[in-house]
Amino acid sequence: MRAADAIVKALEMEGVEHIFGIPGGAILEVYDALYDSEIVHILTRHEQAAVHAADGYARATGKVGVAFATSGPGATNTVTGIATAYMDSSPLVVMTGQVPRAMIGNDAFQEADTTGITMPITKHNYLVTDERQLLRIIKEAFHIASTGRPGPVLIDLPRDVTMADIEFDYPDKVDLIGYKPKIKGHPKQIKKAVDMIIQSERPIILAGGGVRLSNAHEEVLKLAETIPAFVVTTLMGKGAIPETHPLCLGFIGMHGTKYGNYAVMEADLIIAIGCRFSDRTVGKFSEFAPEAKIIHIDIDPAEIGKNVRVDVPIVGDAKLILQEMIKMIKTKQRKEWFERVEELKRKYPLKYKRDENVIKPQFVIEKVYELAPDAIVTTEVGQNQMWAAQYFKVKYPRQFITSGGLGTMGFGFPAAIGAQVAFPDKIVVDIAGDGSFLMNIQELATCVDYDIPVKVCVLNNAYLGMVRQWQQLFYKRRYSATRLRYPELSFEKIAKGFGAHGITVEKPSEVEDALKEAFEIDKPVVIDFHVEVEENVFPFVPPGRSLREVLDGE
Amino acid sequence: MKRCTIAVLVENKPGVLARVSSLFRRRGFNIESLAVGTTERPDISRMTIVVRGDDRTLEQVMKQLNKLIEVIKVSDLSENSVERELALIKVHAPPAKRSEIIEIANIFRARIVDVARDSFIIEITGDEEKINAFVDLMRQFGIKEMARTGKISMARGSKTVG
Repeated sequence: MRAADAIVKALEMEGVEHIFGIPGGAILEVYDALYDSEIVHILTRHEQAAVHAADGYARATGKVGVAFATSGPGATNTVTGIATAYMDSSPLVVMTGQVPRAMIGNDAFQEADTTGITMPITKHNYLVTDERQLLRIIKEAFHIASTGRPGPVLIDLPRDVTMADIEFDYPDKVDLIGYKPKIKGHPKQIKKAVDMIIQSERPIILAGGGVRLSNAHEEVLKLAETIPAFVVTTLMGKGAIPETHPLCLGFIGMHGTKYGNYAVMEADLIIAIGCRFSDRTVGKFSEFAPEAKIIHIDIDPAEIGKNVRVDVPIVGDAKLILQEMIKMIKTKQRKEWFERVEELKRKYPLKYKRDENVIKPQFVIEKVYELAPDAIVTTEVGQNQMWAAQYFKVKYPRQFITSGGLGTMGFGFPAAIGAQVAFPDKIVVDIAGDGSFLMNIQELATCVDYDIPVKVCVLNNAYLGMVRQWQQLFYKRRYSATRLRYPELSFEKIAKGFGAHGITVEKPSEVEDALKEAFEIDKPVVIDFHVEVEENVFPFVPPGRSLREVLDGE
Repeated sequence: MKRCTIAVLVENKPGVLARVSSLFRRRGFNIESLAVGTTERPDISRMTIVVRGDDRTLEQVMKQLNKLIEVIKVSDLSENSVERELALIKVHAPPAKRSEIIEIANIFRARIVDVARDSFIIEITGDEEKINAFVDLMRQFGIKEMARTGKISMARGSKTVG
């Protein structure tokens, strides 16, 4: 069988239904094989968007996302997408074309050292130098991408490898002597953690993105209700528990809820589940939760003790570990602590100054939430992302998709495309800023081409808003290179130019109608909200400070 | 700051060394010495890496190495191990100095493996301190060239890293 056909057959056997990519010379053979396949290929307009779309697809479904690109510039364009997926532990298999084996290293046309370039941003990568290893490699790639701490795996395919004749003998298991993720938590550590929880007076669960990756959301809720303990999440952990649940204190960190941050600082026990204690979540490492003992559950041993001290580490799969813990937990009411947290909630609610005449970006998010609470929400990066995280109350896991670790502007729109392809009947909303949206706006063509009815809500303040906010607060309003000067720019016209629908909204009173219109049309829609230009995101813990040092902007 | 000797068993595949060195560079770990060679199994290579850092860094080095798919086993050989390094030293050896050099070489159980009109190549094996001491003594004669293999290490007793 032609190796290219074997690749496509192997992908079918892995259950792949959608691929995002762009063809080119070095990967022609594989695209030829794809022509006869049931797999749906979505042609994006930039390879970066192909990888983000595959990533959004993976985050929305839990399946491995698959992206294709050709050699050279095709492959280098995937780099931001791969790095984004790597930082947020998203399972991807990226296949890139490569020049024929005999030409590798000779600076051939469209040659790049793709495996060299992507080595530090993939969980693993392969250059296929022997066609007889091809199927083993594909099997391994899917296994590595989706197990343990998930992540992107890249396979670089020299063109002559894809043209070779091989026997189709797809392995049914992998044999990797150096890769055996630890799944089951150590019983002694689990017992120790449970004892610590039972003794604690002020426990808090800190749920990260690992909860979603391990499908442990039911267990998190059960644990929280059994102890009972309040739950805060990281940005990536949003959806680990319904945010309308009385035990949920929202997300913590730089722009997290003030009551969540304060509660963490007053807790005597942090039960961290599937999180990596990033600087954006914990603020100053050495001053994080000073009164608390820390239990850290994570499948990646390298995360234990990396940023903060840990008292009881438990390495393994969160779902299984929590199931064991729940069996042993004894419920204990902690009246004083609960009253204290309720007081924090009352004293420090999320708030912004409402305005009759100017659209407040937070108001737009509130309206999106009110009108489409079940929508899948993706975000770009910056102020739009933080307002979305603050004001959209996530109900279920995989509902909120955002670039947390790498902070990639331009992620949200293609990620929304991926999510919409996976869930054609859901409303999928990308909360965008004007700066971010322009970074992958060409994907409007993809939406129109494949009838992907993503709704892009642009919070247009004609600034790189988050950078401007930092300049305002830390650089005396010296707005160096953050003003986006385009008074004539019309996202409505751009959308219409692509054949999508566009709406411009300038008054608060029009927000609701515009959203209703967008959610009703079965078309991609861009809504251009002209929002308050110098609105800031608060609360705000300045970088490198403790979570107690919250700026309110008042 | 502590010095730590780590033995890393890896799959003998192209690119593995690049992966390991890329990891050290990316995470800001400093390699003092690195030696790679085959083991009793042709499909497995052994790297001996000497790295300097505080306890937290050294723990991260071991954990991050373990995450590489092609890394099979990482062991800390800082204590109770046999350590050896080999050096080739080309030393200036005019006739008047030869016997003195030979005498010192003998004391260190080093061997003269090449003799030219006014130079020797001396081969010496031993732990780092011994080689350093020998190198110091040779400096007075004039070292023209030197190559060291980097340290390899093996735990004492019946314990193995495999």
